[in-house]
Amino acid sequence: MPEIEQEMRQFIVDNFLFGDKETKFSNDDSFLDRGMIDSTGVLELVAFLEEKYGIKIKDNELVPENLDSISCLVRFIDRKSRATS
Amino acid sequence: MQVEDFVELSARRFPEKTALVCGVQRLSYREIAEHSNRLAHGLIAAGIRRGDRVAVYLDNSVEAVLSVFGILKAGAVFMMVNPTTKVEKLTYVLNNSRARALITQHQKARDIQSWWSLAPHLDTVLIVGNEGATPEGGQSRAVSWSKLMAEHGRAIQTPPRQTIDIDLAALIYTSGSTGNPKGVVLTHLNMVAAATSITTYLENTPDDIILNVLPLSFDYGLYQVLMAFKFGGTVVLERSFTYHHAILEKLMEERVTGFPIVPTISAILLQMDLTKYRFPSLRYITNTGAALPTQHIAKLRQLFPHTRVYSMFGLTECKRVSYLPPEQVDARPTSVGKAMPNVEAYIVNEQGQRLPPGEVGELVVRGSNVMKGYWELPEETARMLRPGPVPGERVLHTGDLFRMDEEGYLYWVGRKDDIIKSRGEKVSPKEVENVLYGLEGVAMAAVIGVPDEVLGQAIKAFVTLQEGSRLTEKDVLRHCTQHLEEYMVPKLVEIRENLPRTPTGKIDKRELAARTE
Repeated sequence: MPEIEQEMRQFIVDNFLFGDKETKFSNDDSFLDRGMIDSTGVLELVAFLEEKYGIKIKDNELVPENLDSISCLVRFIDRKSRATS
Repeated sequence: MQVEDFVELSARRFPEKTALVCGVQRLSYREIAEHSNRLAHGLIAAGIRRGDRVAVYLDNSVEAVLSVFGILKAGAVFMMVNPTTKVEKLTYVLNNSRARALITQHQKARDIQSWWSLAPHLDTVLIVGNEGATPEGGQSRAVSWSKLMAEHGRAIQTPPRQTIDIDLAALIYTSGSTGNPKGVVLTHLNMVAAATSITTYLENTPDDIILNVLPLSFDYGLYQVLMAFKFGGTVVLERSFTYHHAILEKLMEERVTGFPIVPTISAILLQMDLTKYRFPSLRYITNTGAALPTQHIAKLRQLFPHTRVYSMFGLTECKRVSYLPPEQVDARPTSVGKAMPNVEAYIVNEQGQRLPPGEVGELVVRGSNVMKGYWELPEETARMLRPGPVPGERVLHTGDLFRMDEEGYLYWVGRKDDIIKSRGEKVSPKEVENVLYGLEGVAMAAVIGVPDEVLGQAIKAFVTLQEGSRLTEKDVLRHCTQHLEEYMVPKLVEIRENLPRTPTGKIDKRELAARTE
C-alpha cells in the first residue's frame, strides 16, 4: 500500500502540479477542492491507472469517491487489483 | 424589477418548489428567500450599507448562491471572484473595489489570512465551514457564517428596499489590457435586461431544470442561476465538469432540460462513449465562448438527437450579444447568430460609420444590457462606451472584429487588440507576461493567442532565459499555475534563444504569430 501511495503522489505531483513539491497536500485532500484536477486530468489519471496496474476502469467508476484523493485512489486500486487477480 | 426580485417573485409563486440542488442539498424557493434574508440582515448588522462592495470567493455551493441574493437584499454590490484566483490578484481586486466584506470558505481563509492586513477596507470576513475554528490573525474581522445565520434565524423577512434599478448590482472582474483586471460595472437594469432577453430566446418555462457546472465567477455560470430563479425553474449546481460521467448521471437522474457548455466540455463529450446514456428530457444545450467547430456541432446533434444546440456570442461588458437559432445551424454553421431580443448589433469601420453586409469591422452593441463602464477607469470606459444615436446614450464598442451577412447573422473574425479569447474568457497577454517576468531566470517573455480547435485561441508563451538559467518549460508552467487562474495558464510554452524585434525594439508579436503554425 505505501508503495501505491508513493506512486500516486508522484504521478499527481508530476502531472497536475508540474513537479511542484512545495504545494503540500495530505492523502485525504480532495483534488477538486484544491483545484488540482480537471476533466482532461481525470482522463490522464485513468489511462495511467489502467496501464500501471493492469486494471480496467468502467465509466461508472469515474466518480470522486474512487478518484478524488490519494487515499481514495489507494483504496480503489487495491479493490480493483484484487478483483482482477 | 431588480435582480433579487427573481427570488422574491418565484418564492411567492412556487414557495415549496425545488429551486437549487447542490450535492445532497435541495432547497426550495422559500428556503432560498429566507436564508438570503437572514444573510442580508446579518450583513447589514455587520455594517454593510447601500452600494458597498462584497466579494464572494467560494466554490459553486449553496452559500455562493445565497451570497448573491443576500448581498443584493442588503442593498450592496456583489463580486464573484474565481475560486482559483491566487492571493495577489484577490488582494488587488479587494483593494481596487474597496470591498467592505469578503465571503469565503475555511480552507481558502486559511490560505489568505496573512494577506488580510493588505486589504485595509475589508472589515468583515465571513467564513463558511469548519465551525468553531476561528482562523488566526485578523480574528477581529472573522465571522462564522453559521453563527451569523443563527443570530439572524428569525429575520426571514426581506429587509426594506433601499436601491432602485439603476443602482449597481455587480462588479465582474475581467482581464485588462494593462495587465491588471478591471471591474465591469453592472446595474440591476443591465442584468435584468440580459436575463430577460436570454430566457426569451431559449423559451424557458418553470418546467426547465438547468445543470450548471461552470463557476459562478464566470458570468455564463452566474446567469444560469439568475435566469432559472427568474423563470421559476430549478438549478442543479455542480462544482465542475471534472468527473464527467458522474455529471452525466446527474443529467439523467435530475431530468435536466438545459445544459450550458463551453468548447472544452464539448470536446470531452465527443470523446466519451455515450451509448449507455439517454437524455430524453434534455431540451437544449447552449455553447458560448469560441464558436464550436462545425464538426463538433454536427456530432453533438448526433449524440443528442432530441436536443437543440445553440451557438452564442457574448462578452462580460454586455453579457450576451447574439444567438444562433438551432434551425439555422445547417445553413450557417460558422455563425454565432444574430442579435438577441431587445439588442441591436452592427458593424462599424475605424471612423465609426456603419458598414454594409459582408465587410469586416468592429462589432457595436446597443441595449439595456450594456454595462455602465469599468470601475473607476474613465479612459478605458470612454474607449469602449461611445456616444450612440440617441442623445446621452452610450453604445459598446466590443473590440471584436466581425462581419455580418445580409440577414444580420454575425461571423467572428478576430480581435482588434492583442487580447486573447480562450475558452470564451478574455485573457490579457500583459497579465500573463507580468507573471512570467516574476520568475527568476526569465529574461524576456511574450504571450500570444494561437488558433486552437477547441479553445478558440490557446495561450502560448515565448520565453528567453537569463544567462546561466536552467529553467525548463515545465518550470515555467509550474510558476504559471502557482500565480494565475486556471484559464489563464498557457497551454504551450516555448523557450527560445531570442525573440524577434520590431524596428523600434519591441518584441514583434506579429512575427511570432506568423511563425507559429
